[in-house]
Amino acid sequence: MGWVNAVVQGVLLGGVYALFACGLALMFGVMRIINLAHGDVAVLGAYLVLVVLDHWNVSPFLAIVPVLPVMLIIGYVFQRAVLERSLRSGVLVPLLTTFGLSIVIQNLLLEKFSPDVRSLGGQAGSVVTASWQITSQISISAIGALTLGVAVAILGGLQLFLAKTPAGRRMRATAQDPDTAELVGIDSRAVYARATAIAVAIAAIGGLFLAVRSTFDPFAGPTQLIFAFEAVVIGGLGSLWGTLAGGIVLGVAQTIGEQINPEYSALAGHLVFLVVLASPRGGIFRLRGASA
Amino acid sequence: MTPEAPVAGVVVQRWNRLSIGFTSVFGLFAVALFLVPVVLSANSTEKMTSLLILVLLAAMWNALAGYGGLVSVGQQAFIGLGAYGTVWLVNHNMNPYRAMIVAALFCAALSIPLSFLVLRFRGAQFAIGMWVVAEAVGILVSFDQSLGAGSGTSLLALNYYSPSKRQADTYWLTLGMTAFFLVALFLLVRSRLGVSLQAIRDDEHAAASLGVRVVAGKRILFVLAAAGCGAAGAMTLANTLFIEPSSIFGVDWTAYMIFMVLVGGVGTFEGPIIGAVILFLIQNEYGNDGVWYLVGLGGAAMFFALLLPRGVWGAARERYGIRLLPLGYHLRVPRRPATRAAE
Repeated sequence: MGWVNAVVQGVLLGGVYALFACGLALMFGVMRIINLAHGDVAVLGAYLVLVVLDHWNVSPFLAIVPVLPVMLIIGYVFQRAVLERSLRSGVLVPLLTTFGLSIVIQNLLLEKFSPDVRSLGGQAGSVVTASWQITSQISISAIGALTLGVAVAILGGLQLFLAKTPAGRRMRATAQDPDTAELVGIDSRAVYARATAIAVAIAAIGGLFLAVRSTFDPFAGPTQLIFAFEAVVIGGLGSLWGTLAGGIVLGVAQTIGEQINPEYSALAGHLVFLVVLASPRGGIFRLRGASA
Repeated sequence: MTPEAPVAGVVVQRWNRLSIGFTSVFGLFAVALFLVPVVLSANSTEKMTSLLILVLLAAMWNALAGYGGLVSVGQQAFIGLGAYGTVWLVNHNMNPYRAMIVAALFCAALSIPLSFLVLRFRGAQFAIGMWVVAEAVGILVSFDQSLGAGSGTSLLALNYYSPSKRQADTYWLTLGMTAFFLVALFLLVRSRLGVSLQAIRDDEHAAASLGVRVVAGKRILFVLAAAGCGAAGAMTLANTLFIEPSSIFGVDWTAYMIFMVLVGGVGTFEGPIIGAVILFLIQNEYGNDGVWYLVGLGGAAMFFALLLPRGVWGAARERYGIRLLPLGYHLRVPRRPATRAAE
């Protein structure tokens, strides 16, 4: 595998990270909190797809359809019942609450599904193995292209939702100043719950692609959270398209690291993150405008 | 009440009868702890060592979160470096116990340049930024073949000592380290710096506008906590004799620290010690129950964060106004109205 191919594969891999990252970025943009259970929520989504597949013999991409409304409800209820309470008491409490939730989700998944490593790749059919040979060195896998395509579509959809719809406008207003938004009749708590619901559902889609492309187990969440967070920070906090760019930069860093030595994959991503952190601007892309 | 016109009869006090009594008892208790290896069995000494390590970890995490407002999910970076630093130094022919102290100092030294990187971040960004640092350090250590790579390593040098002597020496060093860091934190919090640190925690921008050197204050806490966690890691190695990167650099440490500090009382001096004792008792009782034990820990952390954010000790202190250690200043207002006293 040549260097050019490593970059191409990295760009495709970036699609997965962008899927994980955009929910994180949405919640951070609207509520200024980082959900430390975000990765575990994504893994929970993958397990729910697994449960659906146990009952119906369909493609995982079809099995996600009934999972999504469930995830929306989980996110909405979680925000109203738990996170909303924690938002009132400063920055520490949401962090501690979501960290506690992360441990609870991991161990409940372990209890329910055993520590076995699972994959949904087998049930996904030919899309996992198909690829287009561009040159003798470079090939684009169908699943990679599909991931990146879905990531772009979801980010674009989210951007349109925020920019064009009344609900999106309310979300942006609440993100900028919740008190003033309340003054003009916006129920900020409902807006927050909607944002969390969307973030949780998108995380489940990320979990689906993780499960189809590679493997997952009950403790796979924290790693995905770290990658998502790195993508968000590299992309510049709170900007959606920056998140996609950050995901791609992270993906390319990992595949290039892997090209040097298979063990360096995650480390290369961490190092790029730390270098970006150390740079004066602290983020490559700082897009202004219709960010969440 | 303006400073230039103090109300007659109002006394600013730091010590009261309860805190004098309790501080003496606490000091005597610390002295009594020195006798543990003499009085108790080797097995109990090992357990007491692990309790002291928990106390040290809780106090250090509380120093960051409770006094500096810095929630770190990556203190295991220093726990692991303290442990692996000890192994490295012993491999280079240093006395194991001296190596543990040097490894803790190494963690402090390393945390200074690191602080310039991570203290640019606030809140959640700092939390996960530290986590990434811990992951990166853990991966780097697991590349080193001389440190046993990913499969772990043991501190063979300690096998030259007889088990009872090793257990006792490890215990005393742990007690000494824990006492040192608790006293250091105590003096820090009582000092002028302690007041400015609490101002930073409560409102960073307001504190900065009053001339508090925000970043310098945070940096001192960060370095102290790095040294303390490094010491705790080195002592964990001495107590268990075996470490592997995936567990010593694991995020479980953070789960334990959050639990202890939240349950005991974040931002109080006594609370994390109480939290450590509670976690120690739970570990001994339910530690073998695996999954449900961890679900319980996570659930308890959520419960305390949401419903009892001041923890057991914070709530008790607020309710009854007790102060066991003389950390702050209190005003004692006379029972008669002040105006009458001035006549």
